[in-house]
Amino acid sequence: MTVVDWKELIRWDRMPHILCPGCGNGTILNVLVRVLAEKFEEGELDPDKTVLVSGIGCSSRLPGYVKLDSLHTTHGRPLAFATGIKLANPDLEVIVITGDGDAAAIGGNHLIHAARRNLDVTVICANNYIYGMTGGQVSPTTPRGAKSTTTPYGNPEPPFDLCELVIGAGAPHVERWTTAHPAQLSAAIARALEREGFSFIDVLCQCPTNYGRRNDMRDPREMVKWLRENTSTRDEEGKIRIGILRDEEREPFLKRMYDMIEEVRTSEEGD
Amino acid sequence: MSKVDFLQGNEACAEGAIVAGCRFFAGYPITPSTEIAERMSSRLPEVGGVYVQMEDEIASLAAVIGASWAGIKAMTATAGPGFSLMQEHIGYAVMTETPCVVVNVQRGGPSTGQPTKASQSDVMQARWGSHGDYEIVALSPSTVQEMYDLMIECFNWSERLRVPAVLLTDEVVGHMRERVVLRDDVETVERELPPEGEEIEKPFPMEPDDLVPPMPVFGRGHRVHVTGLTHDERGYPATDDPEIHRKLVTRLCNKVRKRAREIHEEVGYDFEERESDVALVAYGGCARTVIEAAEELGVTVFRPKVIHPFDPDLIRDLLDGYEVLVVEMNLGQYVEMVERALDRECVHLLGYPGGYPPTPERVIREVKKLSG
Ligand SMILES: Cc1ncc(C[n+]2csc(CCOP(=O)(O)OP(=O)(O)O)c2C)c(N)n1
Ligand code: SF4
Repeated sequence: MTVVDWKELIRWDRMPHILCPGCGNGTILNVLVRVLAEKFEEGELDPDKTVLVSGIGCSSRLPGYVKLDSLHTTHGRPLAFATGIKLANPDLEVIVITGDGDAAAIGGNHLIHAARRNLDVTVICANNYIYGMTGGQVSPTTPRGAKSTTTPYGNPEPPFDLCELVIGAGAPHVERWTTAHPAQLSAAIARALEREGFSFIDVLCQCPTNYGRRNDMRDPREMVKWLRENTSTRDEEGKIRIGILRDEEREPFLKRMYDMIEEVRTSEEGD
Repeated sequence: MSKVDFLQGNEACAEGAIVAGCRFFAGYPITPSTEIAERMSSRLPEVGGVYVQMEDEIASLAAVIGASWAGIKAMTATAGPGFSLMQEHIGYAVMTETPCVVVNVQRGGPSTGQPTKASQSDVMQARWGSHGDYEIVALSPSTVQEMYDLMIECFNWSERLRVPAVLLTDEVVGHMRERVVLRDDVETVERELPPEGEEIEKPFPMEPDDLVPPMPVFGRGHRVHVTGLTHDERGYPATDDPEIHRKLVTRLCNKVRKRAREIHEEVGYDFEERESDVALVAYGGCARTVIEAAEELGVTVFRPKVIHPFDPDLIRDLLDGYEVLVVEMNLGQYVEMVERALDRECVHLLGYPGGYPPTPERVIREVKKLSG
């Protein structure tokens, strides 16, 4: 079946969803299903061969609302599950949806190793600077000085730049956008899906309930405005760099693995 | 044609996995299980399978579960510390009904304990290590031949019941070398699949036939949502409904519990009945010397190969009326289950941690103390 309409990709029988009003994850879901619908319509992807994988957190709930095969795994481990899925069936297109805590705290080890291997997956990280699902505790991306339920006096730790982290680990395709840039985000996801190898998209997004409320941005619109005003596609003093941060070719993991298997098999037969 | 070889237990385990149809291995090296990973890394590509060394044991079992949902038989192998790390994903595999096999070549613990020595102290961890109520299948081989044979059984029961199966072995059997017949007339079980290309509305029915629903596979058009959360028949999270949770978890346990006797009978056990007041009970590597002692003493001996699910009725049928001595390489784990099945007063333990099984002489001394 070819899906033409993005509406057919939503599990309407699960509505209403659990996200708070104004949550940035809503934008991400919206953008994702539209990109997918387009790709399915154009025949670039097969809906029956597309799998969504996520960990645990608000953002990780997104796959549950999409009518595709999906695996909602354990906290921090979606990339490890994705490694097995992808290696077991290279025909599947695997998209991992994760949060900043999921990807970089408990899942940090899997993140750097998936990047190092150049695992053929697209990772969309909903980076809201906070642990949303558990009620607003500090995360590895919480800015220095920001308030959370576990940094009531301001965060004393420096945050991770997730893009730099995965670039350092070897990721060939890395982009950063925000929920204030839906069109660019959409293009970024489309690019990532076209590529083999590891694509990482850091999506800065608003969690009005648990981050905004404690950091003077109670209204989701204020947060989106903040994201627009404090990010730039150029290197600008005091602004977070967004855009395509790396775009290089590197031999994908699957190819190396399957070439090796092929080689072993043919040399066996030759014996 | 079946082949006879002289192999190490761990090598035989890898060979058993391959004839059982395993085509994916993800693991992290740990003594005394490493030879399984090494053998799989060389053997799997030869049969078109994938070996991947993951960043840790948590990732290893995650990758195995992912591979299983992508439709292939998958396994990992580890020892105590790695098995501890895998516990969250054992629970995940139980909740999502994912067939997968975990080999635990037990070593001395707690903690890093005795890496190169044998132990049987993960018996309870295999049963209760993950949080929540659940049942799994755990089999314990005593010989290199059984490493091969029971590995096949692990895959078969795992596929049949959609549960993780544990080959609960130990360093003694993992590292010994023996003659082994690599059978080629092996009967393998494949999970029941729903028809391809059909969306499945209820992938997790409340009351499927024999309590095990057919398993959807990613990429075949089923469009299923799989979650470790308590889910309804559609696979959707339903975490607040006590009735759904109760029914789901009860089914997950019952699909294993209700077949306990069948599993014991199919996999088999040794029961050497002799005219005696005392019966010895032992499993795994430890059973080897216990059987020798039983022969010397002329007493009855029972050696289970199935450790979980436990079948109290079978134990009662076989061992009622005996003074029972359970011998195990720990301070008492399997014995607790035996105590629950029999008259407690009649159950005794020779618990022998430290890295080696007790010698037959040590067992004989213990039996003599018992018979006064
Ligand atoms: C092993 C484990 N530890 C802790 C938790 C609790 N937990 C659930 S979600 C979460 C954090 C989620 O934060 P993030 O990944 O940033 O996602 P968000 O909810 O903000 O989208 C935590 C700590 C868990 N489920 N499992
Ligand atoms: S807590 Fe934050 S991240 Fe979670 S749904 Fe609410 S707004 Fe979104």
